[in-house]
Amino acid sequence: MKQSARQQSNRTLALKLAGITLAMFGFGFALVPLYEVFCDITGLNGKGVKQITAMDPTTVDGSRWVTVEFLSGSNLAGGWEFRPSQSRLRVQPGRLYTVSYQARNPTDQAMTVRAVSSIAPGTAAGYVSKLECFCFRQQRFAPAEQRMMPVRFMVDRALPPEVGTISIAYTLFNSLNREAAPGS
Amino acid sequence: MTESVHAHADEKPPGLWRWVVTTNHKDIGTLYLLFALLMFFIGGSMSMVIRTELFQPGLQFTDPLFFNQMTTMHALVMIFGAVMPAFVGLANWQIPLMIGAPDMAFPRMNNWSFWILPFAFSMLLSTLFMPGGAPAGGWTMYPPLVLMTGDAFPYLIFSIHLMGLSSLMGAINIIVTILNMRTPDMNLMKMPLFVWTWLVTAFLLIAAMPVLAGVVTMLLTDRFFGSSFFNAAGGGDPVMFQHIFWFFGHPEVYIMILPAFGVVSTIIPTFARKPLFGYASMVYATASIAFLSFIVWAHHMFTVGMPLAAELFFMYSTMLIAVPTGVKIFNWVSTMWRGSMTFETPMLWAISFVVLFTIGGFSGLMLAITPADFQYQDTYFVVAHFHYVLVTGSVFGIFGAVYYWLPKWTGNMYNERLGKIHFWCSIVFSNLLYFPQHFLGLAGMPRRVPDYAIQFTDWNQVSSIGGIGFGLTQLIFVYIVFQTIRSGSKAPARVWDGAIGLEWSVPSPAPYHTFQEPPKLAEGELQHEGT
Repeated sequence: MKQSARQQSNRTLALKLAGITLAMFGFGFALVPLYEVFCDITGLNGKGVKQITAMDPTTVDGSRWVTVEFLSGSNLAGGWEFRPSQSRLRVQPGRLYTVSYQARNPTDQAMTVRAVSSIAPGTAAGYVSKLECFCFRQQRFAPAEQRMMPVRFMVDRALPPEVGTISIAYTLFNSLNREAAPGS
Repeated sequence: MTESVHAHADEKPPGLWRWVVTTNHKDIGTLYLLFALLMFFIGGSMSMVIRTELFQPGLQFTDPLFFNQMTTMHALVMIFGAVMPAFVGLANWQIPLMIGAPDMAFPRMNNWSFWILPFAFSMLLSTLFMPGGAPAGGWTMYPPLVLMTGDAFPYLIFSIHLMGLSSLMGAINIIVTILNMRTPDMNLMKMPLFVWTWLVTAFLLIAAMPVLAGVVTMLLTDRFFGSSFFNAAGGGDPVMFQHIFWFFGHPEVYIMILPAFGVVSTIIPTFARKPLFGYASMVYATASIAFLSFIVWAHHMFTVGMPLAAELFFMYSTMLIAVPTGVKIFNWVSTMWRGSMTFETPMLWAISFVVLFTIGGFSGLMLAITPADFQYQDTYFVVAHFHYVLVTGSVFGIFGAVYYWLPKWTGNMYNERLGKIHFWCSIVFSNLLYFPQHFLGLAGMPRRVPDYAIQFTDWNQVSSIGGIGFGLTQLIFVYIVFQTIRSGSKAPARVWDGAIGLEWSVPSPAPYHTFQEPPKLAEGELQHEGT
């Protein structure tokens, strides 16, 4: 009858709407990889730093100087000491530089930590290349151990001319007990 | 519809059990509205704690943790417990009556949609008595702060899941009812505007609520199952939470205002005794606002550090929303222009809505300007802004709707004198409450703090006096509703002189079952077609 035909069409429409609902639930999760891709492209949040294994020493731009600032922060309990050996450095694009960060484990137990890096302005992140960095892997500290950890990096010649200062920040986190994707 | 059909249609199951098992859209509408009223008072008493503490600088009554629990819970209870259920209640009562349908499309699911809510809110409110207290990291639940919530954390997440489930079932029910159950004479562009705004709102709900469900699930797995969606140590990003949250959060604010637009578009033509000006433009404006609401989310987070291009995009797209909203304001004013206006209580709420919502809209435009927002972010200016749109906007819209349709629901007229007292006290106290918060915010007072620098004292005291007054005023409303049900004078079928629409063609109180047969639309039966 007419009544049951309407019930049928109600049910069909409701199922379609429930389908949209489920799709949007999935979309919420799909935003996670989309966000990663978006950050890689735009350098948002200072991600998208290049990790390199070798470099060409002939590409130095001797005519230009850029200031690089080094920042440190700790998300660890117990008063960890963590600071760069120098707070700023004048660099020439294309030349390789080394800076060290000093960290001391103040606790009486061994700890594994990870440093997560972030570069500001985000648009400059894609023009910073790191040959070596303590942030590439987790760092194990014996009780009360203190050590220097190097970063070898280079600023790309193609850095947009309006960028005069780049800030590189590292924050120490408790390592999650597994090898996560390398923090760039 | 004839009287004789209604005569036997008015049988209800006896006793209180009726309310538990009911599948009748009018019963469920009543349940939603009563639940919303209860939550309005629970959330309201939390805001009384906030305003009492803020009457003076220094800590008088609460410790900072409890204060933060109050701000967080006040927001969650008011948004998900008071405003949203109140609008769903209005939808349940009015949509079938306005489109000539016998009931909602899925009456049994309708019963479930409502009865999930008391469980969700029992869970949420029980967190107040747990070790570590209720959630205190703000209703926006930003990690990593929210992950430090005590035992309350899983209760917070699961209560949000349940609220989401309830609104999703409600939204699906409403869409199917509107699209499939209209009386055959009524095509989409003849629907009353309240129905239109709810149709759009329901689509916003099914697009936005699942995203909230997803993002709080990510919080849950981050806390308990070792995932790192928002944990930088594991390659995640806390700022991503803000993006996903506000992708839900901005449509959510339109979910809470569009039905109020519908209410105001219904009330103003009635008391101006003129058809609604620009019906079609109202429909398109509603749809445009809904579309724009999905591409403006990052204006809630201008200060997180975005590329300039993104800041500009979100600034301009946000300002663009002022265009369709301006169309609406223009249409409401034009409807009143040269109308034979009278000022019964519902009309007073509707007019105050137009004026005060516009103030909230203007402060919204100020906040949309990215460089200015860096100054306003997280200050009382933001608090003033969203209370103007949510209280003097949404809540005033709900009050207007209740006064407008209460005689139809109960069959009795409310006390007009008391209604006007309720209105005038509300409008004086709410402005006393929220307007000074603009000054406090511009002067730099941060939000979500239990203590403040002494130069903010004067305006905080004014605001607190307004707050306590506004809270007490709402007791008048409870009395009016109670008195109307018990002893009001009998209301005619067509309660208001200028009332047009199918809901007025049934007697007052509306019989338990209406429109068992689809009604024929008489000439001039629809508001926007003219009298």
